[in-house]
Amino acid sequence: MTGNEAIAEGALQAGCRFYAGYPITPQNELTAYMAKHMPEKDGIFIQAESELAAINMVFGAAAAGERAMTSSSSPGISLKQEGISYIAGAELPAVIVNVMRGGPGLGNIWPAQSDYFQATRSGGHGDYHSIVLAPASVQEAYDIMPLAFELADKYRMPAMILADGMLGQMMEPIAVNSKIKTLSTIDYRLSTKKWALTGCKGRKPNIIKSFYMREGDLEKFNLVLQKKYKTIQQKEERWEDMFLDDAKIILVAYGTMARIAKSAVKRLREKGKKIGLIRPISLWPFPKQIFRRLAIGNRRLAFLVVEMSYGQMLEDVKLALNCKFPTEFLGRSGGGVPTEEEIIKYAENI
Amino acid sequence: MQKIFSRPKSLRDIPTHYCPGCGHGTVHRLIAEVVDELGIRERVIGIAPVGCAVIAYDYWDFDCSEAAHGRALAVATAIKRVRPQNIVFTYQGDGDLAAIGTNETIHAANRGENLTVIFINNAIYGMTGGQMAPTTLLGQKTATTPQGRDAKLQGWPLKISEMLAGLSGVKYVERTSLDSPQEIIKTKKAIKQAFVNQIEMTGFSLVEILSPCPTYWDMSPKEALDWIRNTMTKEFPLGRIK
Repeated sequence: MTGNEAIAEGALQAGCRFYAGYPITPQNELTAYMAKHMPEKDGIFIQAESELAAINMVFGAAAAGERAMTSSSSPGISLKQEGISYIAGAELPAVIVNVMRGGPGLGNIWPAQSDYFQATRSGGHGDYHSIVLAPASVQEAYDIMPLAFELADKYRMPAMILADGMLGQMMEPIAVNSKIKTLSTIDYRLSTKKWALTGCKGRKPNIIKSFYMREGDLEKFNLVLQKKYKTIQQKEERWEDMFLDDAKIILVAYGTMARIAKSAVKRLREKGKKIGLIRPISLWPFPKQIFRRLAIGNRRLAFLVVEMSYGQMLEDVKLALNCKFPTEFLGRSGGGVPTEEEIIKYAENI
Repeated sequence: MQKIFSRPKSLRDIPTHYCPGCGHGTVHRLIAEVVDELGIRERVIGIAPVGCAVIAYDYWDFDCSEAAHGRALAVATAIKRVRPQNIVFTYQGDGDLAAIGTNETIHAANRGENLTVIFINNAIYGMTGGQMAPTTLLGQKTATTPQGRDAKLQGWPLKISEMLAGLSGVKYVERTSLDSPQEIIKTKKAIKQAFVNQIEMTGFSLVEILSPCPTYWDMSPKEALDWIRNTMTKEFPLGRIK
């Protein structure tokens, strides 16, 4: 199964029953998978007339209480930003998948991680956030989907899967239902969504909106959002780490890049180099606590951030470390992927 | 004594924010009356636009959603697909439906979505201060056509209802007006038909309503109604289009 198909299958297993999307490479297998398999689950698949329509269809489906999702790749995700802002403002749960490609502009269709800022800094207008999750394997792409839907439902906000063209196209075997059953802790059935639009039978009318014109109302609402974001930052940081106990150099990478970094770490360890790895899984909230933990005490450390960009997550690493340790950067973009050899060479010279 | 006239249950008892002589309040009421008469208040879902009617959900007493500017029919499409048992309608102005949202309008219509669309054509952008709309008449002065709309520079008034009528997915299109009590009664009939079509699951229905905007037409309310009757209907003829 390709990463794109694994994301789609994971979403279906997570109870996603509405998908709208507009074709764009390198995520087309995801849309095609949904077209084929969504009807088998009595769900709704719509090939929208544009990314704008697709994200606003997701807005509508979410407003009606359905678990809804759209997917696209970088230029298409730019088009969806307005809709994501409205979803955040209307406090609707929805999942958006970005299988990143090279940019800016039309860029190319090669893998990239150049949309990190857009994903983690809200992307659209207004003071809002999306939860951002970055799987690093086809298995994880599948496993992470129920989590994305649960977090979206739990906090009533957009959750984004930030993948890249390599992960989307890569084919690997996956274990179906490996973690999914244990994850379903949130009851996402319509009966629990008291705010959803179902018709006002037996209750007062529900209104889905993000518009607050009366003086002070929007500020009050935005403070509610900020409180929610603070809770998420406290509770929902996720990461994987390796060899941190004795490491002198720590690599930091996410997604596809983290897999390459992991191979480099293993080879460097074989050579006797004291090196470790932190792989952020949640990009927002960024897993600050592991960096802060390392910064306590007198340990002397150096960090090497590796990205398929010219240094976006790098800023979060520096912020998390409060610039306490030297932080080096190795990155390529526009289709260039730092290789295992490049990482090893760079790390050996630190 | 028998009570023969009262506020519809679907309309809240609060003053609206609309300018004197504006048509929005009239159409809000007509929709509320139709919803009551069809007995669908408990299953109707309205989509409010961006434009002067942005807070229409404050006036109607049933479930509603906002939509980003122009995207009402994308939002409505999904709600109706997810909840086919509900009655879903959009309420959109000329800028929302025929400029920024043209793509969503055409494609929802072409998919034959079983939806009801109430389209307010007042030939102007009211909320932002009287700029040219796609439906602004030739020669009509607006904030962005200070010399009057010139076909050479701004093209012609967009007849989106006629365009939509050519699509196979469209069941019903009618253009009505608010310029007299008789026309308002006809408008209500057309709105009712557009809802009945959805209840009977016959497909996409749209009612275009020529509606006065005295403020940005720079007219008195009476002059505005006369202008609809004598000028606007020449460009936008009334009656059943499909």
